[in-house]
Amino acid sequence: MPAIKDIMQTMEYGPAPEAHAEAAAWIADRPVLGHFINGRFTAPEGPTTEVLNPATGAVLCRVALGTGAEVDAAMRAARAAQPKWAALPGHERARFLYAIARHVQKRERFLAVLETLDNGKTIRETRDIDIPLVARHFYHHAGWAEVLETELPGLAPVGVCGQIIPWNFPLLMLAWKVAPALAAGNTVVLKPADLTPLTAYAFAEICREIGLPAGVLNIVNGDGATGAAIAGHPGVDKLAFTGSTEVGRTIRRQIAGSGKKLSLELGGKSPFIVFEDADLDAAVEGVVDAIWFNQGEVCCAGSRILVQEGVAPRFFAKLTARMETLRVGDPLDKTMDVGALVSQRQRARIEALLAQGEAEGAVLHRAPGQLPAKGAFCAPGFFTGTAPAHAVNQTEIFGPVATTLTFRTPDEAVTLANDSRYGLAASVWSENINRAIEVAAQVKAGVVWINATNIFDAGAPFGGYRESGFGREGGRAGMLEYLAPAWEKAGKPRPAPAPVPAVTPADRAQPDGIDVTAKLYIGGKQARADGGQSYSVTGKGGAVLGQAALANRKDVRNAVEAAAKAGGWGGVTAHNRAQVLYFLAENLAQRQAEFVAALTAAGTPKPAAEVETTIRRAFWYAAQADKFDGAVTATKTRHVTMTVNEAFGTMGLIAPDEAPLLGLMSLILPAIAMGNRVVAVASQSQPLIAARLYQVLETSDLPAGVVNLLTGERDALARTLADHDDVAALWYCGSAEGAGMVETASAGNLKPVWTDQGRLRDWLDPAQGQGRDWLRRACQVKTIWLPYGA
Amino acid sequence: MTEATGFARMTGTPFTPDWFETVSVNTSAAERRAASLPGRRTVKKDWQAAWLARAITCIDLTTLAGDDTAGRVQRLCAKARQPLRADLAEALGLEGLTVGAVCVYPTMVAHAVKALAGSGIPVASVATGFPAGLTPLPLRLAEIRYAVEMGAAEIDIVITREHALTGNWAALYDEIAQMREACGAAHMKAILATGDLKTLSNVYKASMVAMQAGADFIKTSTGKEEVNATLPVSLTMVRALRDFRDRTGQWVGFKPAGGLKTAKDAMNWLILMKEEMGTRWCMPDLFRIGASSMLGDIERQLEHHVTGRYSAANRHALA
Repeated sequence: MPAIKDIMQTMEYGPAPEAHAEAAAWIADRPVLGHFINGRFTAPEGPTTEVLNPATGAVLCRVALGTGAEVDAAMRAARAAQPKWAALPGHERARFLYAIARHVQKRERFLAVLETLDNGKTIRETRDIDIPLVARHFYHHAGWAEVLETELPGLAPVGVCGQIIPWNFPLLMLAWKVAPALAAGNTVVLKPADLTPLTAYAFAEICREIGLPAGVLNIVNGDGATGAAIAGHPGVDKLAFTGSTEVGRTIRRQIAGSGKKLSLELGGKSPFIVFEDADLDAAVEGVVDAIWFNQGEVCCAGSRILVQEGVAPRFFAKLTARMETLRVGDPLDKTMDVGALVSQRQRARIEALLAQGEAEGAVLHRAPGQLPAKGAFCAPGFFTGTAPAHAVNQTEIFGPVATTLTFRTPDEAVTLANDSRYGLAASVWSENINRAIEVAAQVKAGVVWINATNIFDAGAPFGGYRESGFGREGGRAGMLEYLAPAWEKAGKPRPAPAPVPAVTPADRAQPDGIDVTAKLYIGGKQARADGGQSYSVTGKGGAVLGQAALANRKDVRNAVEAAAKAGGWGGVTAHNRAQVLYFLAENLAQRQAEFVAALTAAGTPKPAAEVETTIRRAFWYAAQADKFDGAVTATKTRHVTMTVNEAFGTMGLIAPDEAPLLGLMSLILPAIAMGNRVVAVASQSQPLIAARLYQVLETSDLPAGVVNLLTGERDALARTLADHDDVAALWYCGSAEGAGMVETASAGNLKPVWTDQGRLRDWLDPAQGQGRDWLRRACQVKTIWLPYGA
Repeated sequence: MTEATGFARMTGTPFTPDWFETVSVNTSAAERRAASLPGRRTVKKDWQAAWLARAITCIDLTTLAGDDTAGRVQRLCAKARQPLRADLAEALGLEGLTVGAVCVYPTMVAHAVKALAGSGIPVASVATGFPAGLTPLPLRLAEIRYAVEMGAAEIDIVITREHALTGNWAALYDEIAQMREACGAAHMKAILATGDLKTLSNVYKASMVAMQAGADFIKTSTGKEEVNATLPVSLTMVRALRDFRDRTGQWVGFKPAGGLKTAKDAMNWLILMKEEMGTRWCMPDLFRIGASSMLGDIERQLEHHVTGRYSAANRHALA
């Protein structure tokens, strides 16, 4: 050991190990981790696998790989416990969640050490970040349980939730999943990652300690196969998954058509944008918190650093200097910045990607210094000289290495930032508030941090755009993922639409009067069907009402392109959108009698009420256009945390076959009120109403391309829209099979899909056919963090 | 215990507003970094003892009170010569350890010089109408010359806050440059009175101007402002002097003062210096801590290190 006098010269830190004897003893007492089912810890029936400490390679214990039978037992327990749990007064559920929060705090050091042993992340992070956020999450959601009835009225718990969580923030991800589910009155079957099962097991012990009723929380350990068994289990009403985009896609397909509610929190390649007027030292420290946090194993890590060209050399010099002071090593040592990756496999995957980056011509800069001989350690670093086309700029590395690119102007920064399949998070560094907020608004990401990064709070919704998934965790938006309108499961199955008849001339002639030409409506113009075909439409008593254009996939393509060009709609004021909707209602009212007659001929049951309700509905959404607002959420002191309801962009809407006017407009109105452009497929049986409707749209000052109307074979068009990568969200009111079909197809770009599962609803009833639910579905929540200080 | 310096004395640069005019320090980011630093690093056992001993060598043991007398200053100087009880110094292998300097008012300099004779410990004097700095400039310059004549080797000047608060950086530069000239061979520490400047951007700019004007050290506070040294302010000043070093190759020291009272404070500031500047800036020729009560807490911690028992203040000699 060096003399004190000598240390005074070197000023080395010396070892500062966190004590871990208690955690080690706890592990030693549990050589095989089984499951927690119906309030009891059960020995595994199936095979087990090793759990390693990735910092040393030592085997900690073994963990069960849950079997179908074990999943089944957990599901039965959850199902049995759910009605009673849901029936508890909110206050009673709040008491349980409060007790969990308290006990997490009482065991904070134990949980932090356990997490570090299991995951390899530094004790500083588990102690200062993970565990405090876990406690905060349960406190926050104890509050939601308490105020659920008054704050979120008319909603009921979804039922039994299957939850699958990753290894990068084991206990924190558990908290993000379990807290809202339980607060809302659901019960849970949760699967931790097989690499990191320890803290979930300890959490189950806490639940036992506080007397959580049996079956409310069940934990089934296991690997991907166990996860698939949970996802595919018929007892699941809602599935929540955090993990890779590839697995998310698989799950989307696996449960398509099952009617299970789904939220996915997936991968990212989040931009970290540094403007020339940024505080560069602050931004450098931001990189530390972005990509060198948690060994870079962070889905929202700022992994693509975009720097304005003029300051790039200075920024990279500062970044290099800062990187040299990072300490990599024993994660239980309190002075380490970077611990071990979760596994050697992960390390090999990362190093292979880095080698590929170098092979593609980029320059890799890495922190100097010796890595520990044992353990899955990876030197932090960053690339310069990359191009957007390089694999390292497109693939999620999920390790402590960022790529860098330079840009010249704010526009270019936004273009580069959005040049990604992902859309989880973004970080914007500028001392110019105008610029920062403009960029925050432009960037496609569910979370934007201005002059900060990787800040989380239970009250701030977190979740992605694009292929980063859908659904939110945290705050009001997060709670809504675990609730559903109470009446929704009641509807009867929708009858099949009238088949599209042969496109050859029919045997009965047109009624009297001038022949009517029903076209498609694309880009503000009436357009003939690309295929040059029409189909006969029959009404009441089988009378031929006329011919409707028969759209094909090229018409879908054209309509989506037209919608993409109408991007200005999202940028006009909500007041302007409201005015258009009011005007639309006014124009519809002028032609009220004509629409009533057409609906009567079509044979709908309440034509007058349908037209009148459509007009009222247009007024209602016009009224909401400038009132369905985001919020400023109370998170941390001196942080403005804004939740903004942002339009998706282009939405595909498949209208119900019944109520050809009201059903169609009940989809279009909320979507465009929130600033989306839509490609809507009208009732297959009664498409001629759409042709009348576009005449009204044309006279209502609706910009070209905002609403595009197609007629034809519902499910063929729905399929093309669900497949289309430039359609950002899809609503489908068709058949149960069709719902499965569009959900499967949507896995391509992971667009959020809402379907009515092929069930009829009463479109005339405002509770079913209109409301805030529709508005919520028409937008995605963007959370913008703006810390401030003079 | 003095260190060989091994670097050329600061000369300053011509007034160069380009280096600071457009700089904007992000307050919340600075606060975040400052808040996370003590959680990112720590020292234990012998390392902790060594760091605490290092902190002692960086202390400007200070008395700046209206009731200072020759006797009070002599007592302080005796403590400066032997900041640790002899048995503790011996147990730690740190015989001969002294503080960095003794800091007094100009009229007390002669007493301090006499009391420290032969110790090698420099006497620092505040000057220039400390703490407000609002006496006429010729008088302030005369005060510097007086303190130097009395034997002060280091002069802690205060800046005219008005120049900083109104953005009159050229005037601030001229004034500090004249003060530096008046200091002659004595090293000059420029007190920015950051509690009066309020914003971190002001702190950065004033730091840069003081360095351009030739300050050997930049110092946070007089100890008399409402808010004295804080970690975010210190972080901002240290980053400014790092930028200045990177632009000019000239080395500038840093002195936080006021509000540092505990051994934990000493650790936090040393960690800040080591992380942002490197080990070299943990040494007393480039880092000083202006404090009076901190030493007592460090002594108690070191006694605990030696004996394993928690200590009490009355077991250590008063300053």
